[in-house]
Amino acid sequence: MTIGLSHYLIVGAILFAMGVFGFFLNRRNLIVLLMSIELILLAANMNFVAFSIGSGDPAGQIFVFFVLTVAAAEAAIGLAILVLLFRNLSTINVDKLDQLKG
Amino acid sequence: MSFDTVLFYLLAIVLVVAAFRVITATSPVTGVLHLILTFFTASMMWMLIQAEFLALVLVIVYVGAVMVLFLFVVMMLDMRTEGLKQGLKVYLPLGLTIGGIMVLEMAFVLLRSWGDAPALPVPADDFDNTLALGTAMYTQYAYAVEIGGVVLLVGMICAIALTLRKRGDYKRTDPGKQVRVRAADRVRLVSMPAQVETADAQSEGAQK
Repeated sequence: MTIGLSHYLIVGAILFAMGVFGFFLNRRNLIVLLMSIELILLAANMNFVAFSIGSGDPAGQIFVFFVLTVAAAEAAIGLAILVLLFRNLSTINVDKLDQLKG
Repeated sequence: MSFDTVLFYLLAIVLVVAAFRVITATSPVTGVLHLILTFFTASMMWMLIQAEFLALVLVIVYVGAVMVLFLFVVMMLDMRTEGLKQGLKVYLPLGLTIGGIMVLEMAFVLLRSWGDAPALPVPADDFDNTLALGTAMYTQYAYAVEIGGVVLLVGMICAIALTLRKRGDYKRTDPGKQVRVRAADRVRLVSMPAQVETADAQSEGAQK
């Protein structure tokens, strides 16, 4: 029994489902929401790497590089907003962020 | 079963358990630590299929910088998590059902399309993953790399601008103003006749 492309793709699928599941489970805790986004991005990266190795084309791995870049910028800005919210509201409960009354 | 197969299943189990602990952790610090374990295990899985450059970038750059940033922020904020877990019991069965259905659907489709694909190709002994990526990145994708740099710059400026603040509860000096000050602004010399202090004025001063 050898490890093929589908094994990696299924691991990616499980990771993606965990990330989406994290959104349902922790929809009040902003920091766990950010971590769920990281999980979803990791799932996408897993698929990119698996397909890139499977097809022997390095372009997929270069795309992972850019996904990591965007994820790092997103994490930095997200955490900055989190710090700002905590400073102003003393909570990270998503339900309390209703100043816009939308 | 080869050693690679055993290693893959071991890493996959660690990965899934750690990812599950990330989303069910009661304390955010536990969650972040499990997220670090998740990323590290994913990196080892990439190493297994010989994507060495990305595996090392994930550990050194991502776990080393971004995840530690997460850890800093979580430890810096003194957050209470009691009220944040409401509705967990309500959403757990529905969430598990939806997540299970999603995984089953994806597994079915993926196995249908890629299940009979041959094992992942092992690159030749003299194949250099880092060299191949670097060559492609700095020739074909040079503009994309520059745009990536701009994204990071914008992210950095944005994070600094968001968290920069002026506090009103402490005194500070402005070095520029101090340097620009002239003697005339501070001391005024007035030429006036000498004053003689009388007893009357002294008693008035004492009353004041």
